[in-house]
Amino acid sequence: MKKSVYSICGMCAVRCPIRVEVENGKVVWIEGNPNDAAMGRSLCAKGASGIALEYDHERPQAPMIRVGPRGAGQWKIVSWDEALDHVAGKLKTIMEKHGGKAIALSDRGGPYNDLTKAFLRAVGSPNYFTHGATCERNAHHAVKNLLGYGRGAVKYDYKNTKHMVFYGRNIVESIMVKEVKAVTEGLAKGAKMTYIDPRASVTAGKATRYWRIKPGTDYALNLAIIHTLIKRDLYDKDFVTRWTTGFPQLAEFVKPYTPEWAEQETEIPAEEIVAFCQEVAEDAPHVIFHGGWMNSRYPDSLYASRMAVIINVLLGSVEMPGGMWFAKGPGAAGRKGLKTLVDLMPKPTDPRCDGVGTEIKHIDAGPGLIHLLYPCIETGKPYPVKAYFAYRHDPLLANPDPEEQKRIFENLDLLVSIDVNYSETAWHADVILPEATYLERDNILQAVSGLKPAFYRRQKAVEPLYDTKPMWWIVKELLKRLGKGDLFPFETIEDIWNYQLKDTDVKIGDFDAKGFVSLAKDPIWMDRKDGLKFPTPSGKIELVSSVMEKAGVPSFKPYEKPSTGPEGSLRLTHGRCGYQAHGQSTNNPALHELLKENVLWINTKEAAKRGIKDGAMVEVSNDAARGKIRAYVTDFIHPDVVFMLHGFGRTVPAQTRAYGKGLADQIFAKGLLSEWDKAGGGVTLLECFVNVQPAS
Amino acid sequence: MSKYYVTQDIKRCIGCRACETHCKTKNSVPDGSSYCKMMQVGPRNVKNVPVTDFVYMACFHCEQPWCVAACPTGAMQRRQKDGIVFVDANLCVGCKACMTACPWGVPQWNLQTGRVGKCDLCKDRIEEGLEPACVTKCTTGCLSFERPDEASKEKRQRFAENILRLKA
Repeated sequence: MKKSVYSICGMCAVRCPIRVEVENGKVVWIEGNPNDAAMGRSLCAKGASGIALEYDHERPQAPMIRVGPRGAGQWKIVSWDEALDHVAGKLKTIMEKHGGKAIALSDRGGPYNDLTKAFLRAVGSPNYFTHGATCERNAHHAVKNLLGYGRGAVKYDYKNTKHMVFYGRNIVESIMVKEVKAVTEGLAKGAKMTYIDPRASVTAGKATRYWRIKPGTDYALNLAIIHTLIKRDLYDKDFVTRWTTGFPQLAEFVKPYTPEWAEQETEIPAEEIVAFCQEVAEDAPHVIFHGGWMNSRYPDSLYASRMAVIINVLLGSVEMPGGMWFAKGPGAAGRKGLKTLVDLMPKPTDPRCDGVGTEIKHIDAGPGLIHLLYPCIETGKPYPVKAYFAYRHDPLLANPDPEEQKRIFENLDLLVSIDVNYSETAWHADVILPEATYLERDNILQAVSGLKPAFYRRQKAVEPLYDTKPMWWIVKELLKRLGKGDLFPFETIEDIWNYQLKDTDVKIGDFDAKGFVSLAKDPIWMDRKDGLKFPTPSGKIELVSSVMEKAGVPSFKPYEKPSTGPEGSLRLTHGRCGYQAHGQSTNNPALHELLKENVLWINTKEAAKRGIKDGAMVEVSNDAARGKIRAYVTDFIHPDVVFMLHGFGRTVPAQTRAYGKGLADQIFAKGLLSEWDKAGGGVTLLECFVNVQPAS
Repeated sequence: MSKYYVTQDIKRCIGCRACETHCKTKNSVPDGSSYCKMMQVGPRNVKNVPVTDFVYMACFHCEQPWCVAACPTGAMQRRQKDGIVFVDANLCVGCKACMTACPWGVPQWNLQTGRVGKCDLCKDRIEEGLEPACVTKCTTGCLSFERPDEASKEKRQRFAENILRLKA
């Protein structure tokens, strides 16, 4: 018996729509959901490896409670009743002594976090975190405090652009299927691409112009681009006058930053910068200066990102086909949105433990700043945090300096990992609550904004293979045990879906035909002449941001040269390839076969100086750590940096394939838990220096 | 006569290796062998751009397949009706003659069974009127499943359009 199920992929955080074929209770085929025109049947390698995840026995198969020291790998396999009673018991003790605010949870954001936020509110905690401080927070605040829209709402029309510009945004290897299809389609139609990165990723090879910029100088380049656009009258005066505030201050600020000055900083010839500016001005307004995604890199990454988005504004690429545009929610289509679970819960009365929203006002309080959770756990100030849930988030992999994190975690009375995989954090946790895979579970419904907003549904295709459960069930059972069951009055996922859909005129059955329900017939564009809406305090594009200025954070920051490490050291950078999702699936049987270990990219001349040969083992070291990895000697990386893929050097013995293979970058990131871009919230992950020498 | 031909638009390919993984999961290809594989060339300098290309290597399904000629047991076969070259694993004795004969390294060794396996263009899907897994789910649509006679026309058309675009 064959059945077909429309659902949502769960192999990375992109969540592409899929169609799953099930035969005799087994998943036999997964493809893109062909009803979604931008998707088609396409699916990346990670999506393909969902079948391998499903039938992999090297994932937690039942709840586990730690019986030895943390991280020792001594576990007792228990029933869900026992595990949940154990967790709830610990939570009760903590809540009696310290209040609900002593419970923190981190996940990786996204459309299902209404559920996790609701859980925290129900227990009386404001301390919801995402991984954002090691990812998109800088890029988010760059647009939020400029345009009023969050990063998730700022989109780009690659298919119809004339010129796309990326600053280390490795767009073809950080695969979002719909996006990368649009990028390749745009290129096939003749769009230009300028790619700026100290390392030649695969994206560089798709470019029409590649700049191997000196690391950490994107901001200098952007200052010079803006300087040139203004000085040579290459910007859209009408648009800037009509829709922005603070242009005179911007023009004044960029005056000293000439292309000749930028050449000294960036190593990009001044005449090339000028020629580039003329070119993009000709292509305007159908140009894209990508504001970045994972921009937690340097102390000025917020400003680099902010200036990139300002270039779009100066070129009139705002709500523009072939340029930057804004995603529309159900409201824009005259429809009602999904009801939220959070609204069922009392608002937390305590301030966030990280001070975001109260002391730090220019940063969005929603997801907080995860690195600022650690001092709270360590010092008990402003109040103790004693329980920490890591839900499909792996802080020991994603955050810098795992040894320091483990030391701080010693102050926790309870560390719980809820995950499909044995993450680094799961192995160190007190309790593992194994979530059912995305093929085995239902999620709450999600609203997807866009030119045509829609609701999408992830539904289970098969029954769980092991004793694993969906998150909505875990939340329900925990709240029941904490005496908060009345706040979450649902027994089945259908109960939740019906509640979410209550105000809409959509029924659960409406998802059956296509897997999603579109809320608009035609694409929704704002009227560019008079109807642009910017949810900033002034209603305009704030080149001088009132939110930032009020918080004492300058809208424009004088340029400072990037730091240099100790004599002889190299900057350690990291990134991803197209067939691994950060490291959550390094142990996946199908993906592991494609890439068993990472290598260290090092510049040919730098390698020669150190006597390092291509393919030979090298030792990477600094004050924090030491480890071995194979060298990839190449001309296609700047001599100041070395590079490795993130997610390798795994320490969980139960992941036998990935265990001990390659090297982890985060172990070298000593001290970076407390180094961050104060203007944007991002941790400065690339302020990490290492020595590299041939391995003995 | 060969009826099918998988073509690749290298410019559109991003080396994501989805084709390999879709093939692997669909055909339960064992560890260590790949019925189709993306071969990476580069990065190398092409007009100041560091280009990394990926070349799709599966089976060409030759009109006169040397692997079939070399096979002593009749395991390696060519289907008359559409030219698909496939191996009947039950008849394979693991002599590796086909591996020796094929100039492109197409026949794959199965470490678990000691026999050979290879791309059969997902002939079970073709029977259902569908296309091979690698083509169907290619991330960017750079792979196409075509008829050899029509592929040539399309290639010329694409070339002509590109030439005119460059001139414009």
